[in-house]
Amino acid sequence: MAIHWFKYASPASFYGLAGRMIPWFAGAAVVTTLIGLYVGLVLAPTDFQQGDSYRIIYIHVPAAWMGMFTYLVMAGWAAAGVVFNTRLSGMMVQALAPTGAMFTFVALWTGAFWGRPTWGTYWVWDARLTSTLILFFLYIGYMALRASIDDPRRADRAGAVLTLVGVVNIPIIYFSVQWWNTLHQGASVRPGSSSMATVMLTGMLVMAVAAWMYTIAISLARVRSIIIEREQHSAWVGELLASEGHDAVAGTSRGAMGSNQQGTR
Amino acid sequence: MNWSSFSDFLAMGGYAFFVWMSYGVTALLVAAEVIWVVKQRRQSLARALVQRKIREWSST
Repeated sequence: MAIHWFKYASPASFYGLAGRMIPWFAGAAVVTTLIGLYVGLVLAPTDFQQGDSYRIIYIHVPAAWMGMFTYLVMAGWAAAGVVFNTRLSGMMVQALAPTGAMFTFVALWTGAFWGRPTWGTYWVWDARLTSTLILFFLYIGYMALRASIDDPRRADRAGAVLTLVGVVNIPIIYFSVQWWNTLHQGASVRPGSSSMATVMLTGMLVMAVAAWMYTIAISLARVRSIIIEREQHSAWVGELLASEGHDAVAGTSRGAMGSNQQGTR
Repeated sequence: MNWSSFSDFLAMGGYAFFVWMSYGVTALLVAAEVIWVVKQRRQSLARALVQRKIREWSST
């Protein structure tokens, strides 16, 4: 294999690679979102049981999948950080957490507004809902832990331990509808079989692709800021600042000076 | 096409409140995250530049 994977494990080369990839993933996110919304809200028919309330599915299921999958990706980076002790791993975990938390919150929120018309309640302490709430708290806990540790490398290690312990919750969420007798319905989509009409399934899968593209684009954009903050003493960031930094300061000089008084890490 | 008019679409078969609360809040959160990330990029560049200038001045 001619691909030098470890070359991109260095923040300096990953910064450039991420910058080149962001426009493609962001563009794909916009296009797939528009197609998914058109299929889901315009083309797909009204459900014969749930009426139009079922249309929440086009956000709810992709968001729930993304909330779980982002956690698995975080855990993968955390494990890589523990094994290889690469700085980029901790930065990627840090970059993914807010988006994973956002999607998990969206899954809970849209679930509440779907549960009310179909089950008659916004919330029940059912296995699927409770384990998803725990996932949301794991994301919040990770971010709070990071924020409480001043040394970024120590925060990486502590965060990796929390992330890896919490990963046990993911199979619990996924299989909760089989293991326990829950109010939440079982999986509508399984490999090889699914219980949905083709056009509905298409809309949902396109929205799931959109969530993927969005998550990749936004976390790559976020990790670039994290790399600059954490590598600001290195020579390559100095060269970068000489070419890009002045424009940025011209745009936000007041904000930068304000936050500078609080000190930086 | 399921909808006879735009107001029919907005009414969502009587489920407008639940459907649009779901879609609306999701759209707000995504927009807020994009704005946050753009601001964060400007701030991290600006902050790193200020720190570097301070080091340059204090070393001369």
